[in-house]
Amino acid sequence: MSSVISEIRKDFIYNLLLKGERVDGRTFDQYRDISIERDVIRKAEGSALVKLGSSQVLVGIKMQPGEPFQDTPNRGVIITNAELVPLASPNFEPGPPNEVGIELARVVDRGVRESKAVDLEALCIVPGKQVWIIFIDVHILDDCGNILDAASLGAIAALLSTKVPASRFGLGEDYMLPLNDIPVATTAIEFGDVLMFDPGVDEESIANTKLTVITTAKGEICGMQKSGKGLLKPEQIYRIVDIACEKAREIREKFLEA
Amino acid sequence: MDKSDISFFKDGLRLDGRRADQLRPIRIEVGVLARADGSCYIEMGGNKVIAAVYGPREVHPRHLQEVTRAIVRYRYNMASFSVEERKRPGPDRRSYELSKVSREALEPVIMTSYFPRSVIDVFVEVLQADAGTRTAGINAAAVALADAGIPMKSMISSCAAGKVADTIVLDPMKEEDNFGQADLPIAMTPGGDITLMQMDGGLSPDEFHQAVEMAMKGARDIYEMQRAALVEKYGKIEASTIEVNACE
Repeated sequence: MSSVISEIRKDFIYNLLLKGERVDGRTFDQYRDISIERDVIRKAEGSALVKLGSSQVLVGIKMQPGEPFQDTPNRGVIITNAELVPLASPNFEPGPPNEVGIELARVVDRGVRESKAVDLEALCIVPGKQVWIIFIDVHILDDCGNILDAASLGAIAALLSTKVPASRFGLGEDYMLPLNDIPVATTAIEFGDVLMFDPGVDEESIANTKLTVITTAKGEICGMQKSGKGLLKPEQIYRIVDIACEKAREIREKFLEA
Repeated sequence: MDKSDISFFKDGLRLDGRRADQLRPIRIEVGVLARADGSCYIEMGGNKVIAAVYGPREVHPRHLQEVTRAIVRYRYNMASFSVEERKRPGPDRRSYELSKVSREALEPVIMTSYFPRSVIDVFVEVLQADAGTRTAGINAAAVALADAGIPMKSMISSCAAGKVADTIVLDPMKEEDNFGQADLPIAMTPGGDITLMQMDGGLSPDEFHQAVEMAMKGARDIYEMQRAALVEKYGKIEASTIEVNACE
């Protein structure tokens, strides 16, 4: 969440906030415009380019048969990875993923896994020997804030358009990856006692605390992550959860349930 | 083993005989390491975790130093023999994430502005794991920070709630964590400000409220134990300091 931001800009955002306004004129719980373009990478089994305001995230899905984990011999494997490539932000550096990238990948993974969106048992080919491995690779292209929500949205959108490449591996005909749920992540920051959803990059950099809530189509909470060195009151958490459920439903209905 | 092979409750009690809202036995020892500036050993049920604090001290590499405050580093590490199946030594993605959120759970109360250009290092070693290692680590680390004399606005106490067999339970043990329906670790100040919050599994909004309240109650009880452990070590010294102050 570190970013180059001047004290003047910080003051500016804070003064606006006292008047109940945000830099780009949104209300505190309003998301930026969302666009999702699917199947943008032909070589991938599934893909989605998500734009959340000016933030851009590309998620690609690759699948291949491989060995299952020893303790889950009848289940497919999901591996989620995120690249915060230096092209996306002056704050990203080349090299192995840092803790921010690892956290991002793990929270995206948590949404997909804990919602049980993918039926892992259906991905078993030969029990104990061969299962499908799904690689969810998140590529951040432009970090204008809240890339976590964009990445989660990208992951589920890409999965929704994923075709299992069975014929390439001599395992019958290709088929669409069946999904059981559509998890949606919504993130809010806390700053000066105000809760702001879908923070922009400046808002993110002044906030001490961020809370991400992932909800399922049934309106259950399937994952959560507080991030940042600040604190939250229980009432603030409950409020974020309430609004998050509602926002997630809107986003799911509008962009993911075709 | 399948989920259906386990019955989590017998006569209303859990596998280890606890009630739904009961913590596992906890033992906290302050100042267990000679070389560290502060240290703490904690047992929470089957978890055995040791925490050491070094600092404030000089930052290496130096480009990490901050002009206006101390930086805090937190390293969560699991011993390879701490789990059933040997864990490959060294950090993995999970430990990177846990280190980050644990550090962020403690940073809000550490008065870092007292020590510009320096670092406060917190090292947490999980020697034996039985679900809830991050909360045990945070509890030990908070006590170790106090033991090191680091100025803090308050203590931090951490506890998880979970859901097994459609029941919200406090401080899940390994079986309940592995085959349970949800896990919700939190950390908080004695005043009830939340500094760590994670969740995985499935909870309705109502269950979530219930779980948060239960975990907060658990954390409050742990706070009393942390406090008692510190008073046991420092209680007498504290009294003598008061005398000195009175003379001045």
